[in-house]
Amino acid sequence: MALVNTAVTTAVARPVRPGEAVGLLVYRNLLSYRRAWFVFATGFLEPVLYLFSIGIGVGRIVHGFEFNGEAIDYRDFVAPGMVAASAMNGALLDATFGFFFKLKYDKLFDQMLATPLTTLDVARGELAWSLLRGGIYSAAFVVVMLLMGLVGSWWAVLVVPAALLIGLAFGAVGMALTTFMRSWQDFEYVTLGMLPMFLFSATFFPVTAYPDWLRWVVECTPLYRGVVLCRELTTGALSWGSAVSVVYLVALGVGGLVVVRRRLDRLLLK
Amino acid sequence: MSDQTSMISARGLRKSFVQRSRKGPGIEFEAVRGIDVDVRRGVAFGFLGPNGAGKSSTMRMICCVSPVSGGELRIFGLDPATHGPEIRSRIGVCPQEDTLDNELNVWENLYVYGRYFGLPRDVVRDRIDELLDFVQLTEKAQAKVDDLSGGMKRRLTIARSLINKPEILILDEPTTGLDPQARHVIWDRLFRLKQQGVTLVLTTHYMDEAEQLADRLVVMDKGVIVAEGSPRELIEQYSTREVAEIRFGVGENEALAPKVEDLAERVEVLPDRLLLYTDDGERALQDVLGRGLRPETTLVRRATLEDVFLRLTGRSLAD
Repeated sequence: MALVNTAVTTAVARPVRPGEAVGLLVYRNLLSYRRAWFVFATGFLEPVLYLFSIGIGVGRIVHGFEFNGEAIDYRDFVAPGMVAASAMNGALLDATFGFFFKLKYDKLFDQMLATPLTTLDVARGELAWSLLRGGIYSAAFVVVMLLMGLVGSWWAVLVVPAALLIGLAFGAVGMALTTFMRSWQDFEYVTLGMLPMFLFSATFFPVTAYPDWLRWVVECTPLYRGVVLCRELTTGALSWGSAVSVVYLVALGVGGLVVVRRRLDRLLLK
Repeated sequence: MSDQTSMISARGLRKSFVQRSRKGPGIEFEAVRGIDVDVRRGVAFGFLGPNGAGKSSTMRMICCVSPVSGGELRIFGLDPATHGPEIRSRIGVCPQEDTLDNELNVWENLYVYGRYFGLPRDVVRDRIDELLDFVQLTEKAQAKVDDLSGGMKRRLTIARSLINKPEILILDEPTTGLDPQARHVIWDRLFRLKQQGVTLVLTTHYMDEAEQLADRLVVMDKGVIVAEGSPRELIEQYSTREVAEIRFGVGENEALAPKVEDLAERVEVLPDRLLLYTDDGERALQDVLGRGLRPETTLVRRATLEDVFLRLTGRSLAD
């Protein structure tokens, strides 16, 4: 049996193009989640439960709620915040826990670097996957909103791309921070960062409730930028502030990716 | 089998690591201290040495996942610093630790990996059938990686490293941690690859593995090459034909060594036994007994690479 160096076919191995590499890494993650769809689905639940409990439950006892100078239903205020939060959750789950496991325990990236793939391919591919997961969560969330009649503007169609920006920013920054983590204990910091952002980034009440200085702090957090962007889209209240949010999220995504690539070089190409 | 095409060439190759400490400057540690290596097409080339000799560091540089610290390294005439992906598309890597994807099954592991080499889907599928057959894992195609034995995982890793039809197959400690039966299966497969003309580069700290597989060897110790040649040449050059091993009671070996020193060309004192290097082991043994010495156990054997290593470094490979 002649196995090697005999042309069964004339196909020759070669370095893959960047786009191909991204597709292959996303495909690999899809394969691995095919057996863990339940894990995938539960990641989506949290913001949905909050929408029901706070947005709709608490919303029933909130009257005369005003946003942007207009009276709106409280649940219409909370729902876009939850879209943003689901994008954050979706992106961060794989960018932190998943990424750490692949990097430190599964040696998955060492495996990939034995092939023509590069650290930049790895960084882009994993980010694309986080982005996709965040995107799927937020798209599903928008469907939930539509079914419940919580969408008030055609601009809402743009919520999904906006959620992808949130996924980009959180995915890239999450992965960048993860490269500095030494053990699972360090992930307490992730929880410590996520929970306050989730609760206080104008998700459940407007930033006008804060004193000025604190308001500035909150307005600089990435989730806040995502939340207001989604809200501006679902309520149709776009402004120049929306463009600031877009630029800010893209900048975080690109900056995070640069850091991830450099850290992977340092950690894997010793 | 071998021709004059240089697959790997290293000149004064060095690898150093800086171990960072919180206080003060980092300490520099040199794992590879200037080695010259030439691997020609079709050869099975072995790096023999104990743990920490610099073998794995050398392998990582050849695999383009570790930047060269000094000297020159060329693979297929290309520089790993500038042509990493091109070089890696033409080599197969079987790392020391299995890096299989535990979240995918056996077939998927090969499929995804094959696709990373830019190979079309149907080509990868065909090759998987061939390779699973080659490593005798056809029945395990849908098995989870976790459910495979150590030997099967190794075979899967070898199959995976062949998916791109590599011109060089790099094996870092291919049978470490496997039971004897599993080792023989691996050796058999590697031997077949060698017969098909694949250039093999392997590291090992098992002298029997080196003797079985390698046409040419370099013996490494503390980051340098201390000897080079075919296994037979090395044994002829650095050892006698036979070795008589004699074992006295605990603690007596060293004290009794002077009494047998003149019976062999050379005597090595190990903690648990004495090695008498001579071309006629039985004769040496008779002489020992003739002097009224009564060793607890004796053994006459042919010299191996282990003896070469002992001679070159004063230590045994297992240290």
